[in-house]
Amino acid sequence: MARVVVDVMLKPEILDPQGQAILGACGRLGFTGVSDVRQGKRFEVEVDGEVDDARLAELRKLAETVLSNPVIEDFELRVE
Amino acid sequence: MTARVGVVTFPGSLDDSDAARAVRIVGARPVSLWHDHADLHGVDAVILPGGFSYGDYLRCGAIARFAPVMTELVPAAESGALPVLGICNGFQILCESHLLPGALTRNRSLHFVNREQRLRVESASTAWTGEYAPGQEIVAVLKSGEGNYVAAPETLEELEREGRVVARYVGGSPNGSQRDIAGVSNEHGNVVGLMPHPEHAVDELTGPSTDGVGFFTSVLAHLGAPVPTPSG
Repeated sequence: MARVVVDVMLKPEILDPQGQAILGACGRLGFTGVSDVRQGKRFEVEVDGEVDDARLAELRKLAETVLSNPVIEDFELRVE
Repeated sequence: MTARVGVVTFPGSLDDSDAARAVRIVGARPVSLWHDHADLHGVDAVILPGGFSYGDYLRCGAIARFAPVMTELVPAAESGALPVLGICNGFQILCESHLLPGALTRNRSLHFVNREQRLRVESASTAWTGEYAPGQEIVAVLKSGEGNYVAAPETLEELEREGRVVARYVGGSPNGSQRDIAGVSNEHGNVVGLMPHPEHAVDELTGPSTDGVGFFTSVLAHLGAPVPTPSG
């Protein structure tokens, strides 16, 4: 068993109104010094057996075709 | 010939019956298509209706894109042969399927927008808008939380240059869409995605106008099927 974590974030040039709303709340709640918030998604993918290169390539494909939309999002993938 | 227009139902589709009703109102025959069947039953055109397919989990339209029915639909649409109209969630599915460029993201205001919306039909050279005059203003229903159309700057330029912006919001974008874009088409003009709902504007009793009828009569004209003359 191995765990592969995929973090998906909106591309920097894409407006993130959810992050903006959180940023606004930070100010109201007195969390000073917070200058920006971007909200993303984290996927924890459990896989059977070892994560070899072939499996990793397959998971990368999953990340770029299903877990993220490359038109608006970037992803980072790591094995934990 | 009576045109047969398929309406796909995904788990979580809401506006499939209204889309079928709009098809019926213009004298064509609606054909129910089920997401789990990789079979288009020989229909002449397809509507992907509004709603929240697969609960909008992951991203709106992201899971519907992989539904068995889409394996039949995508190549037929890509080739330019099959007219496909994606309304609201259907538009999102078409973008996720890469049949249309760009993506639909969270409304800038974060609010779900539900209103009667004035639109300008920019292109009458698609399979779904031929019965409108370019520049014609119509009123339809907008009801969406993720209708903010975004695309890369070069994609937006290409869409403008090729006349593929099908409709724009009049009076400013209600959801933050770039260049006030409410709908776009593919390069063949057979695939159209539209955020507002023309199928909710086909009957004075239940909608703000009957302006939406043109989308459905347009596809009949495109298919060479009889088009009803406006009554009254």
